[in-house]
Amino acid sequence: MTEKIGVYVCHCGTNIAGIVDVEDVAKWAAEKLQRRGVVIARDYKFMCSSLGQELIEKDIKELGLTRVVVAACSPHLHEKTFRNACKNAGLNPYLCELVSIREQVSWVHTDKVVATEKSKAIVSGGVERVIWHEPLEPLRVPIHPATLVVGGGIAGIQAALEIADAGYHVYMVEREPSIGGHMAQFDKTFPTLDCSACILTPKMVDVGNHPNITLLTWAEVTNVDGYVGNFQATIRQKARCVNTELCTGCGICWEKCPKKVIDDVFEAGLGKRKAIYTPFPQAVPRYPVLDKANCTYFLKGTCKACEKFCPTGAIDFTQQDEFLQIDVGQIILATGWDLFDVRRMPQYGYGRLANVFTSLEFERLSNASGPTGGKIVLRDGVTPPASVAIVHCVGSRDKNYNPYCSSICCMQSLKFAHLVHERTGAEVYNCYIDIRTPSKGYEEFYQRLLEEGTHFIRGKVAEVTNAYRTPEEEGKLIVQVEDTLIGKQRRIPVDMVILSAGLEPRHDAKEVGRLFGISCSADGWYIERHPKLDPVATMTDGVYIAGVVQGPKDIPASVAQGAAAAARALGKIQQKEVAMEPIRATINEDKCSGCRMCNTLCPFNAILFHEDKMVSEVNPALCQGCGTCVAACPAGAISGTGFSNEQILAQLDGLLLLNIKRLEEIPA
Amino acid sequence: MSEQTDINKPFEPVIIGFTCNWCSYRAADMAGTARMKYSPNIRLIRLMCSGRLDPTFVLKAFAGGADGVMITGCHPGDCHYVEQNYKALRRFIILKKTLQQFGIEAGRIKLLWASAAEGAFFTEEVNKFVEQVRALGPLQWPTSGGGLEKMFAVPEHMLVKEVTV
Amino acid sequence: MSTNGKPKFAMYWAASCGGCEIAVLNIHEKILDVDANFEVVFWPVAMDAKYKDVEAMEDGSILLTLFNGAIRNDENEHIAKLLRRKSKLLVAFGSCANEGCMPALANLSSVKDMVDTAFTTITTDNPQNIRPNTSYTVPEGELYIPTLYPVVRTLDQVVPVDYYMPGCPPESHQIAAVIDLVIQVLQGKAELPPAGSVIGAGGSTVCDECPRTRNEKKIKKFERIQNIMIDPELCILEQGVLCSGPATRSGCDAPCPKAGSPCIGCYGPAEGAEDYGSRLMTAVASVIDSNDPAEIERIFEGIPDPAGQFYRFNLAGSLLRFSKSAWKE
Repeated sequence: MTEKIGVYVCHCGTNIAGIVDVEDVAKWAAEKLQRRGVVIARDYKFMCSSLGQELIEKDIKELGLTRVVVAACSPHLHEKTFRNACKNAGLNPYLCELVSIREQVSWVHTDKVVATEKSKAIVSGGVERVIWHEPLEPLRVPIHPATLVVGGGIAGIQAALEIADAGYHVYMVEREPSIGGHMAQFDKTFPTLDCSACILTPKMVDVGNHPNITLLTWAEVTNVDGYVGNFQATIRQKARCVNTELCTGCGICWEKCPKKVIDDVFEAGLGKRKAIYTPFPQAVPRYPVLDKANCTYFLKGTCKACEKFCPTGAIDFTQQDEFLQIDVGQIILATGWDLFDVRRMPQYGYGRLANVFTSLEFERLSNASGPTGGKIVLRDGVTPPASVAIVHCVGSRDKNYNPYCSSICCMQSLKFAHLVHERTGAEVYNCYIDIRTPSKGYEEFYQRLLEEGTHFIRGKVAEVTNAYRTPEEEGKLIVQVEDTLIGKQRRIPVDMVILSAGLEPRHDAKEVGRLFGISCSADGWYIERHPKLDPVATMTDGVYIAGVVQGPKDIPASVAQGAAAAARALGKIQQKEVAMEPIRATINEDKCSGCRMCNTLCPFNAILFHEDKMVSEVNPALCQGCGTCVAACPAGAISGTGFSNEQILAQLDGLLLLNIKRLEEIPA
Repeated sequence: MSEQTDINKPFEPVIIGFTCNWCSYRAADMAGTARMKYSPNIRLIRLMCSGRLDPTFVLKAFAGGADGVMITGCHPGDCHYVEQNYKALRRFIILKKTLQQFGIEAGRIKLLWASAAEGAFFTEEVNKFVEQVRALGPLQWPTSGGGLEKMFAVPEHMLVKEVTV
Repeated sequence: MSTNGKPKFAMYWAASCGGCEIAVLNIHEKILDVDANFEVVFWPVAMDAKYKDVEAMEDGSILLTLFNGAIRNDENEHIAKLLRRKSKLLVAFGSCANEGCMPALANLSSVKDMVDTAFTTITTDNPQNIRPNTSYTVPEGELYIPTLYPVVRTLDQVVPVDYYMPGCPPESHQIAAVIDLVIQVLQGKAELPPAGSVIGAGGSTVCDECPRTRNEKKIKKFERIQNIMIDPELCILEQGVLCSGPATRSGCDAPCPKAGSPCIGCYGPAEGAEDYGSRLMTAVASVIDSNDPAEIERIFEGIPDPAGQFYRFNLAGSLLRFSKSAWKE
C-alpha cells in the first residue's frame, strides 16, 4: 500500500528562495515522485510560521496524508515544530521528516541551477526515507529529584540555592577546601565597587546551612554512570585529616601549626598559609584541611602540634579518602576558570621582574584580608608605588595565545586603576586595545575613571623591561608601547605593572567534560546546545553548564546562568518524568544466534547476554540510540528505530535519484 | 549519475557524506549559518553517530553511482556516545583495504573528524575531498546505470545453439 | 504430466564443481523416494539426455528443477533461460547458483588475465603462446565454444528464481528435508513457502548451532589455523582464527566448528542481509581491541586478502559484484 506523502518546500523568505527555485522543486516532487506516493507538493514563504504549519495540518486532515516531508532549515531548529504540527492534526509526529535545503544548500552554494538540482535530490531522499518511518512513542523515564552541582563558585552557588530553596535536594561538590571560587579572592567588584566577600559570603553561608544542600568540599567527582533522570555519580571525598563531626572551626590548629607554605591557590602565590588551613577566614565549611604533602608529621613523623592543641580531638592523621555513590537526576557543571599563565609572554617580565603582578595577585594585594592587609605596595611589602601601568589583553585577543576576548578584563583593569588612585594616589597608565564596557553601569564607570585622571594609552604593550636608557628610567619598570592615537612609541617608567591576564578553561576541563559526556570547543570552553538560544544546556540531556565554563563572562552573567540552569533542572524535576527520543535498538530474539559480537560495543551497558536463552538483549531504558550495535550485528538481528537500515538505504537511494531512474524504466 | 557528456565540462563527482548528529552534522549546519561556501557535489545523510556507519551504506553508495564517500564523526574522545567513533574508525580501515581490492581507490573514501564548532574546517575538507575525487575521475560502477547489459553482449552468431546433426 | 504420471524433476550443473550432485546422492536411500515420486527427465551427471530433448518439452512441464552452478558463460545462461521456461519451480541450488561461490572469485580479475594465467603456467606446454578462441573454422563449417562473460553472475541475476537453497554444498540432511517437503506438498499435506524464500536453511546464524562456549569478543590478533592449537570447547573466533559463523546463515548444523575448523561462510548471509561481506566485515572490525589507527592497521595485516576472506562465497551476489579489473578494458 503506498503512503500518501505531502511535500512542503519552504522559501524561508529569500534565505532559500534566493538561491533555490523552490517552486520548481515542489512541482518536480509532485510530478516525478507522484508514483512514489507524493499526493501534494507545496511551496510556502515560511513553513515554520503558524500559517505554514496550518498548511500541513489542513492537508493531513483533508487529504488523509500518512507521511510529511518538509524541505527547509536544519532539523536541529524546527524538527519539533513540524512534528507538533503533525501531532495536532492527528498524525504520529515521527511520520514527519525535515530535510535541510538551507544550511546544506542555499546558504553554502552559489550556483542556482546546481542548488535547485541538489534540493530535488534531497527532497527525493526525504520522500524515500519517510516511507519507511514508523509511528513511535517517546520513552518516558522518571527524574530523580536530586541534582548534582559541580563547582562552588558564584554560578554553582546560585544554582544550588535556587534548587534548594524550591524544596529539592542538591549535592554540591567542590574540589577546594571551601566554596566561593574566584570571587572570594577579589577585593571589590565592578561597577558598584561592592566588597566582593560581603556580597558573596552571605550566599556561601546559606549554602553551608541549607537543609537541602549536602556540601562536599575537598572532594571530586570520579565517575558518572547513567542518563538523564538517573545518574549515579561516584565522589571521592579527599581526606581532610579532620573529623568534621568534632571540629568546631575554632582555628587553634592552624594558629599553632609551625609549617608555613606558599599559598599559590587562594593567595595567588603572594601569601602564605599553614600546612593545616582554611583558605580564607570566611571559608564555608569552617573545617580545615591538612596538606599532607607539606605537613611535618607526614614528611618526618614529628610535630603533631595541631593534634596536641585541638580542644575537641578532631585531628585524625589516619583519615583516608572515601568514596561515595550518589543518585541524582541532573547535573550542573560550574567549574569556573584558570588564569592565563603570563609566563608564556616573557616579554612582560613576570617572574623575572619583581614588580610585575598578575590580576589575581593584585586582587589579593588590594584585599583587606590579603597578605598586605589591603595596602597596595611593591613586592618588598612596604613601598607604595608612585606610578602603575595596567596592561590590558594579556593572552587575550591574541592569535599567538587565545584569540577570544576575556570579557571582564577591561572593567577589571578600570577597577584596578580606581583602587590604585584611591589608595596610593599614584599615576596610573592603562594600556588598552579597545575599552569594552557594555553592561549596565559599565560605560559610566569608564567615564568616572576618565575623570579620575587615569592616563589611557591605546596600544598593545610590546615589552616591560628594566633596561633603562635614561637616568629617569633607572630602577623603574619601563613599559614600551606604541601610543596609536598620537602615533608615537612611548617608554613609560613605572614602579608597578599589573597584567590583566585572560581567562582560560580549567587545565583539566577536557577530562572533566568527558566524565560527564560533554565536549569542549576549539578554545576549550564547554559547548552549549545552541550559542544564541540555549546557552546553559549541553548536547547531553540532563547535564547543564553555568558560568565561565561556557565562556568568559562577568559575575551578573554567571549568576544569571546559574539561575537559568537551576530553572531548567527544576522544570524537569517538577514534571517528574522526561520524554526521551524513541531512537532505540532492539534485538530480534529469533534471529539472534548469541554470538556476543555486540556485547562489548555499548558504552552505556545496555546490552545484556542471557546465558539461558543464549541470546543478547537491549535494555531500552539504557539504550541511547547511537546505532553502533545495529551496524555491527553480523546476523542483522538488531534493528534501530528512527535510523533503521531501510530508512537510511532508502534515503541514499533517493539522494542518488535511483528511484527516479527506476520509475523512468517502467512505463507509466 | 555523474556526467561526462561534454569533454569541455569538468567532471562533477557525486559524493555522499555521512554525518553524525552531534558533531559533524552541526559543523555542516555551522558552515551554513556562517555562509561558508563549499562544492555542491556532496549530499549529506544524517546518522545519530558515526558508529551507526554500516559498510553496507558505503557499498550501496558506490554501487548506486556515487564517485566518493565521506564519513564524518566527532573527534576521538569527544564522541557524544563516549567511544563509538572508534568503531567507525576500525570499520573504515578494513573497508578501505577491501575496496581497494575491488578497484575503488583509497582516495574515494574519507574519514573525517570534525567537532560542532569546526564549520570552517568542514568546509575546507569537503572542498578538498571533492577535488580529490574529481582528479580520480568518475567511478560509474556498472550496477548503477545500465552499464551492466553491455558486459553480457555476445554476437548472435556465437551464441550456443543446439547442434542438430 | 509425464508418460508414467509422475511429476518431472531436473537437475543441472552450470559453472560448478559437481559437489551439489554428490550431496544429492548423499541422501543415500532417500534417493529411492526421489525415484518413487518423480520422473527424472534431465540430469547430466546421472543420465544421458540432450539439450534438444529439453527444448522439445512443454513450457512449465518440469515440476522441480534444481539448478546448481554459477553463470560463467553463454551456455550456462542459455540453459538457465531454457530451464526457467520449462520449469514450474526453479531452485537456485547451492552456493554457486545462489551467490557465485568459488567461480565468482574470478570477478576479482579480468577474463584476459585469467586466461593468460591458465595458459602460461610453469607446467603448461604452450610454446606458441596460444589462447583459446571461441570460434574455429573447419571444413564442415564454423565451430563455436561458449564465450566467457566478463563477470560471473548468480542464477537470479539472469532469470527469476522461485526458491534458494544455500550451502557448498547444501547439507544432505537439508536436501532430504526439502525433498520430503515437496513430496508432502504433492500429496496435499503441506504448503509451499512463499515464493522467493530461502529453503533448507535456518533463521539465524551458525553460532546458533555451534556448541562452543562464547564470551565477550575482543580481537587483538588474527591467527592462521595451522599456527595454533584450537581449544575444542571455546569459540574459535575468540581464539583469533576468523570464523565466519556469526555472519553465516544457520541450517548446516555447524559441522565445521564442531570439527575444530572455522566456518568459512558457505551458507551465505543471514536472512535479510543484503551483502554478506559487509556484515562479516563490520562485526569483526567492531570488536578489534584497539583505538589507535596504526595498531588497527597492524592487526588487520592478519587479513591479507579481505575481499577473498569476506566474500569467499558471495562475491557475485554482493552489492559491488565484481572488481573494476573485471569490467574495465
